[in-house]
Amino acid sequence: MATYDQVFSTLGLESWCKSAAEASSGPVSMADLLAQNAGTDMPLPSIWELPFPSMDALHESCEAFPQSRVLTKSIENGFLGIKDELSFFLDPLTQPLSWFLEGALWLFETTPWWLMIPVLLGLVLLVSQSGKLVVFVAACLLGLAFIDYYSFAVQTLAVIFVCASLCVVIGVPIGIAMSRSDRLQRAVIPILDMLQTLPPFVYLIPLIFLFSVTEPKLYGIAIILYAIVPVVRLTDLGIRLVDKDVIEAANAFGMTERQKLIKVQIPLALPNIMAGVNQTIMMSLSMVVIASLVSAPGLGVLVLRGIRNLELGVGLVAGLGIVILAVILDRTTKLALARINTSQD
Amino acid sequence: MLSGMDSGAKIAIRNLYKVFGVDPQRALKALKEEGLGKPELLERYNHVLGLQDINVDVKYGEITVIMGLSGSGKSTLIRHVNRLIDPTAGEIIFEGRDILGCSNEELRKIRREQMSMVFQNFALLPHKTVAENAALALEVRGFSRDEYIPEAEKWLDRVGLQGYAASHPHQLSGGMQQRVGIARALTSNADIMLMDEAFSALDPLIRTDMQDLLLELQQELQKTILFITHDLDEALKLADHLVILKDGRIIQQDEPQTILLEPSDPYIVDFVSDINRARVLRVRSVMDEIKPTGDINIAGEIDQEENLESIITLAQGDTRKTYLVMDGTRKVGILRMETLIKSLIPTEASDDGMRSH
Ligand SMILES: Nc1ncnc2c1ncn2[C@@H]1O[C@H](COP(=O)(O)OP(=O)(O)O)[C@@H](O)[C@H]1O
Ligand SMILES: [Mg+2]
Repeated sequence: MATYDQVFSTLGLESWCKSAAEASSGPVSMADLLAQNAGTDMPLPSIWELPFPSMDALHESCEAFPQSRVLTKSIENGFLGIKDELSFFLDPLTQPLSWFLEGALWLFETTPWWLMIPVLLGLVLLVSQSGKLVVFVAACLLGLAFIDYYSFAVQTLAVIFVCASLCVVIGVPIGIAMSRSDRLQRAVIPILDMLQTLPPFVYLIPLIFLFSVTEPKLYGIAIILYAIVPVVRLTDLGIRLVDKDVIEAANAFGMTERQKLIKVQIPLALPNIMAGVNQTIMMSLSMVVIASLVSAPGLGVLVLRGIRNLELGVGLVAGLGIVILAVILDRTTKLALARINTSQD
Repeated sequence: MLSGMDSGAKIAIRNLYKVFGVDPQRALKALKEEGLGKPELLERYNHVLGLQDINVDVKYGEITVIMGLSGSGKSTLIRHVNRLIDPTAGEIIFEGRDILGCSNEELRKIRREQMSMVFQNFALLPHKTVAENAALALEVRGFSRDEYIPEAEKWLDRVGLQGYAASHPHQLSGGMQQRVGIARALTSNADIMLMDEAFSALDPLIRTDMQDLLLELQQELQKTILFITHDLDEALKLADHLVILKDGRIIQQDEPQTILLEPSDPYIVDFVSDINRARVLRVRSVMDEIKPTGDINIAGEIDQEENLESIITLAQGDTRKTYLVMDGTRKVGILRMETLIKSLIPTEASDDGMRSH
């Protein structure tokens, strides 16, 4: 006797339940087996112990009623069913991402340190125009190299470099398109909200099924999906916030839509776009650490090792390395942003 | 009602209506059939009446000033001329053809080559230099940098901004930024300049400077200018033809002198009551068109274009004098100081004020 037997008998569904029970070949749970072994009927529970009429509870009273496992199983089967078709499209489409990541990793790792570090410092100088920052970055990089974390740090940078660049290349045009069409904006914003609120672990799951864990594009996609949101949002916002008077002047002097976009809207939206790029880079960094679960190389691997093997020191130092990279990336892009801001007012 | 409108008009605005809202055509129909005013239209149809039956001729080489209080529809009106706003009904005839019939391509060409605009808040591009800003129209037209920068610098010099070509707009004061705005309009070499409250954001002294600059440039260049202001002094100083707008409707348009002497509406009487009439009125508007007879003692000759203030100074306040009025070398009438003083008393609204010149 189970709790909800009465319900099915009142509804006159007993025969339906029985008929299914004979043909039953559904999955058997541990609880079922235990119940069979015990071979005794439980007494009816009191009102205080009344179980929620969930799928499993109802199944106990009527075997024809599906268990919740059937639901998850069928979703899995459904997903596996369309997986091949999805892969057929997505694989070639995303293949370049694997190439970029492999190429960047190869480039960053094979370039000797005495070349790589000056090049990175030169880049920092170019973007930030700040000697002080260059000195700070040099100290950080040399410090990381000295404690043998150089190659991990460089791998992390390579992944961020590729993913953040792609975020900008894909995200800015999407943001521009959104700023020109209210309909598109209304359609895209919920997607962005979802990408931003979903914990990254959640969308790792379908990705793992779609792509093999050994492929770099798996973590590449995870990082891009997570980090692209701010650059899209802020490009859209930036262009919408461009001074209406200036747009009117552009129209009054006969600019085409294209001229307006290139000569007025993008330059004036640049502070916002750059703020988006800054956030995108920071989010790529946090995701590349999580993505080490799905074989992303870099400092995240060491953090993971720290957790798995309880190597406290390795984990903490790797964490510190990530903080240092974060500070470097943040300072560099913020200074670039400040420079744009002062040149515009 | 408005005779002789086609003579020499560069831009003719005909029966222009603008209604803002979701279904302007329906609201316009109600407006015309039921004769509603702005408040009723808003209340009953939830539409904003922008402009109502506007007829204005903007003549070659003249400064046409549109004056009205804030919200009277001035900006809406000037934006119809280069079609930044499309009308609900009516025509805008530019050099003989209706601008509303232009394709986007033709409209762009007109905006690039024939009409320029100066804005109240300057609307300069903050990321470009002063010279690049001034050269905007030429850049848009596809001229190379080597061509447009010298041209822009020439006009920057002309408006008094020598040496600022390489600065950025935010390094300049408001008055200087508006000089860049004017240089930008002049560099485009368009015949028509549309100026929407171009000097309203400036301090009074700088505003006077800019008005003088505009009059000086106009003397030299003879552009066709449509100028918008909410300031009657400014309007009277600049206008060859003055249009007074209230709640989207023209209540009087004429030569400034005429509006001052024959205001058609109590609203305008109010407006003109605290104006320094002596500075605005000219001899020709108040003189008597009669031949001087022998028994009049003529104190001297004066030009008919002089304003009354300078005549009072000339007569040193003596009200008994009489002057002979000249148009060049031709005698056109006499001016008694007595008449002059009377003309300085503010006029009541007259019925024939709407007559056209
Ligand atoms: N896009 C618009 N939508 C609705 N109402 C408008 C719009 N533009 C202007 N108006 C209304 O039209 C009237 C005239 O505005 P405007 O031409 O800007 O006046 P002005 O320049 O004389 O101050 C105002 O009542 C204003 O609220
Ligand atoms: Mg206005």
